[in-house]
Amino acid sequence: MKKVYINSIASISAQKTFDNTRFLEEICSYAETVLPVVSPNYKDYILPAAARRMARGIKMGVVASKLALEEAELENVDAIIIGTGMGCVRDSEKFVSAIIDNDEQYLTPTSFIQSTHNTVGGQIALGIGCKGYNFTYVHSSNSFESSLLDAKLMLQNDEANTILIGGVDELGAHTTELHKVVNHVKKNIENSLDILKSNTEGAVFGEGANFFTLGNEKKSSTYAEVIGIKMYNTLKSSISDLAKQFITSQKIAIAHIDLVILGNNGDVTFDGNYNELSSELFANTQQVYYKHLCGEFNTASSFGFWLASKILKNQHLPKVTKLNNINDSSFKYVLLYNQYRGKNHSFTLLRKC
Amino acid sequence: MEALKQELKENIIEQLNLEDISVAEIGDNDPLFGDGLGLDSIDALELIVMLDKDYGIKLTDPKEGKVIFESVEVMANYISANRKK
Repeated sequence: MKKVYINSIASISAQKTFDNTRFLEEICSYAETVLPVVSPNYKDYILPAAARRMARGIKMGVVASKLALEEAELENVDAIIIGTGMGCVRDSEKFVSAIIDNDEQYLTPTSFIQSTHNTVGGQIALGIGCKGYNFTYVHSSNSFESSLLDAKLMLQNDEANTILIGGVDELGAHTTELHKVVNHVKKNIENSLDILKSNTEGAVFGEGANFFTLGNEKKSSTYAEVIGIKMYNTLKSSISDLAKQFITSQKIAIAHIDLVILGNNGDVTFDGNYNELSSELFANTQQVYYKHLCGEFNTASSFGFWLASKILKNQHLPKVTKLNNINDSSFKYVLLYNQYRGKNHSFTLLRKC
Repeated sequence: MEALKQELKENIIEQLNLEDISVAEIGDNDPLFGDGLGLDSIDALELIVMLDKDYGIKLTDPKEGKVIFESVEVMANYISANRKK
């Protein structure tokens, strides 16, 4: 089987990550429970005629894909695989609201056309003229991991040589309000960087697009190698036991893990799995977290994947991400663990190239 | 008639998300499709819905739109003669 490499990365998030020459040097903090993205100038990348029908999620996805392809020096790819939890939720809200407000009359086509979950993948394919495999995974908070697993299998089996993958989700005003009503969003927060100190239920919500080109050949731009990925919808054993099983299945030991990247979002009701790993199995391993930077959304783990890629390539870890006081300075194996509200757990293992 | 033309220009900009275009930039006789504003077939569907919703005019044959949507001037004349709202 062939190896799988992360050959380029691109991120649009609540931090200024679209500038890939920087690495979380300048941090944006928010006194809000819903974090908007720091947007690049979309007009630099998308023609106005095309952009006028695109909601933010599509623009983020299209621009992040362009940045990732540019870094990998690729004009096209063999496949496009996207993960999104809610798809183009803004246009979905617009279309459904129009149905209700206008008593099922006067339905306009644009928001309907743009509201499907696979709109981002379709727009990217149209833009670069990719007629290859195009798939969108809508698997809640395992959506990005599902796209990664699909790409990994295709590349390992030599069914494709270059694949664009991405995780993208946008905030929709109405959907966010509903999450607030059921306390999935924190009631308030003084500083979004302090989510783990909040001791309250709910998360700080966010949005973003994190895209990557994967290939089965190493390049000068390569960030890391994808070693393994495993997902669990619900837990049938303890998270520590599953972590041990996963690491053993990759033929390494716990001690080989140099860094654990955890998806803690500061929800006291559901951070227990993270706390179990950080205080027991990986108590002696350096740990980082990231949802205080990007907020929680179904594909927030793609921001963690971006963070892991940057750390492995640069062998440098931004202070703002540190979760404990262990200070290893070289990183070979990085393990990511994510879950949302006690479901859709995932482990991803990356290795330095 | 002038008020209707102004209203149409504002609605076209809003409905079709023409973010970079102002009312002053749309001439009464500028072609809306092709070389003018560069609208396309999806925009034509949006305009058909707008005529129905805002003015009570139902276009049963979409081909009629080709003539009616020639310019803001032509649209305003058609709406004045046929509006039910």
